[in-house]
Amino acid sequence: MKKILIANRGEIARRIIRTCDRLGIETIAIHSEADGELPFVSEATEAAAIGPNPVAQSYLQADKIIEEALNRNAQAIHPGYGLLSENADFARKVQEAGLIFIGPKPEVIDTMGDKLGSRRTMMDAGVPVVPGTKDGVQDSAAAIAAAQEIGYPLMLKASAGGGGIGMVLCESEQALTQQFDSVKNRAKAYFGDDIVYLEKFIANARHIEVQIFGDEHGNIVHLFERNCSVQRRNQKVIEESPSPDLPESTRQKLCEAAVKAGRAVNYTNAGTVEFIVDENNEFYFLEMNTRLQVEHPITEEVTGVDLVEWQVNIARGEALPAQDAIKTTGHSIEYRIYAEDPKTFFPSPGTLSSLKWGAGARIETGYEEGNKVTPFYDPMIAKVILTGTSREEVLEKSRKFFSETAIEGVKTNLPLFDKFIESKPFIEGNYATAVLAQWLTQQKEEKTV
Amino acid sequence: MKQLTATMAGTVLNIRVSQGESVSAGQMVMTLESMKMEIPVEAEFSGQVEKVNVEVGSFVNEGDTLVTLGE
Repeated sequence: MKKILIANRGEIARRIIRTCDRLGIETIAIHSEADGELPFVSEATEAAAIGPNPVAQSYLQADKIIEEALNRNAQAIHPGYGLLSENADFARKVQEAGLIFIGPKPEVIDTMGDKLGSRRTMMDAGVPVVPGTKDGVQDSAAAIAAAQEIGYPLMLKASAGGGGIGMVLCESEQALTQQFDSVKNRAKAYFGDDIVYLEKFIANARHIEVQIFGDEHGNIVHLFERNCSVQRRNQKVIEESPSPDLPESTRQKLCEAAVKAGRAVNYTNAGTVEFIVDENNEFYFLEMNTRLQVEHPITEEVTGVDLVEWQVNIARGEALPAQDAIKTTGHSIEYRIYAEDPKTFFPSPGTLSSLKWGAGARIETGYEEGNKVTPFYDPMIAKVILTGTSREEVLEKSRKFFSETAIEGVKTNLPLFDKFIESKPFIEGNYATAVLAQWLTQQKEEKTV
Repeated sequence: MKQLTATMAGTVLNIRVSQGESVSAGQMVMTLESMKMEIPVEAEFSGQVEKVNVEVGSFVNEGDTLVTLGE
């Protein structure tokens, strides 16, 4: 493998370029009109303008991207995360063009992209899933009957749903009856598939995920867990590894279940198995992400492994090391810096007139001072990763880092971090997915008193 | 005459009002999309729509007029 096309943009494109440079592999960046000025374009060995600003006309142009890879003699395509990374048709087309798709097989992407299908696969493999229906429910009468077994509150979900769209919390039979048709219709409109199913609602849940890798030789290993429970609008804001407040026995069981999940589908390359963990440390499979995760750097920090390098090596047919050769030391926390209003969470595009990062952190960013954060793509400006021998040390480093960091030109969620990291649940580490929303409400109430 | 302006740059995803229609303060008149998020645009005051200045798919900058409202 001598040349890789990166079908992505911003920080993750830069991240992939960095590893490829070290491995002596050339890179091709593709970019939209607005992204031409960004660092990932000039840092790649070659760059190709792929189309206008909307993603549908640029970063999602599968055929054009493959054609560019062929014309420029690339041997492989790295999809990054988001965009085409979990598109089985794209992976298939890449392979049919005689190129290597740096990711799992298209069939596996298909299986895992369907919520009900992946639930069934995991049930059959003996991986615990959230109690609920094994198949879709046809109408509200069938839903009510099934709900009597599961119990309220429960979640009504679209099988093809994702990103928080197509799911509703139902507290009672009345709510379920009222919501049923609307969720079914919305599923049809958004995802072209109206299959819906029921799942028990797990109160005070934590979102803990396990990084796995599989190779072409049938080996599956895990690289331990990440706690991603600090979220806003179902999107992650802070992640840490190892997870605080998790008994060692549960950690081991989680990691074993993730390997079992990977084995059930003969998983290859990097993947993440997401679980929800309840107050009694019972855990349930939620979904599997068949790509590199945004928060992969914290795993790299505690394991010392370059995950992008492993992705490339596996794509080249190399074998994984043995499980007991993978160790974790210390603690790592990632903070996602978004261009958004810290109070309303509304996006705030603009020019980064000043960008001053504090000391002691690994910064993964797609931008430099003077660059524009445009309204066409997601609002993440940077990932800030802080690592130390203990969680306490990382929190101390975080305090210093945020006191030294300043971004001007766009509104950011920076003001949120230095206060939130002093909050009781975050310091104690026993927080659930509702923690950020609860803390924000509490802040508002305190101010009005 | 009063103007409803864009509070941030983005693309017009849908328009819920048309010329001649009466709108009341707080009513949703259109949706903008910015950074993968849908942002509802509400009328800040009541009035009659004199002109819709954008189309679905239009790109708007912060401060651009979206809708002109008359008394």
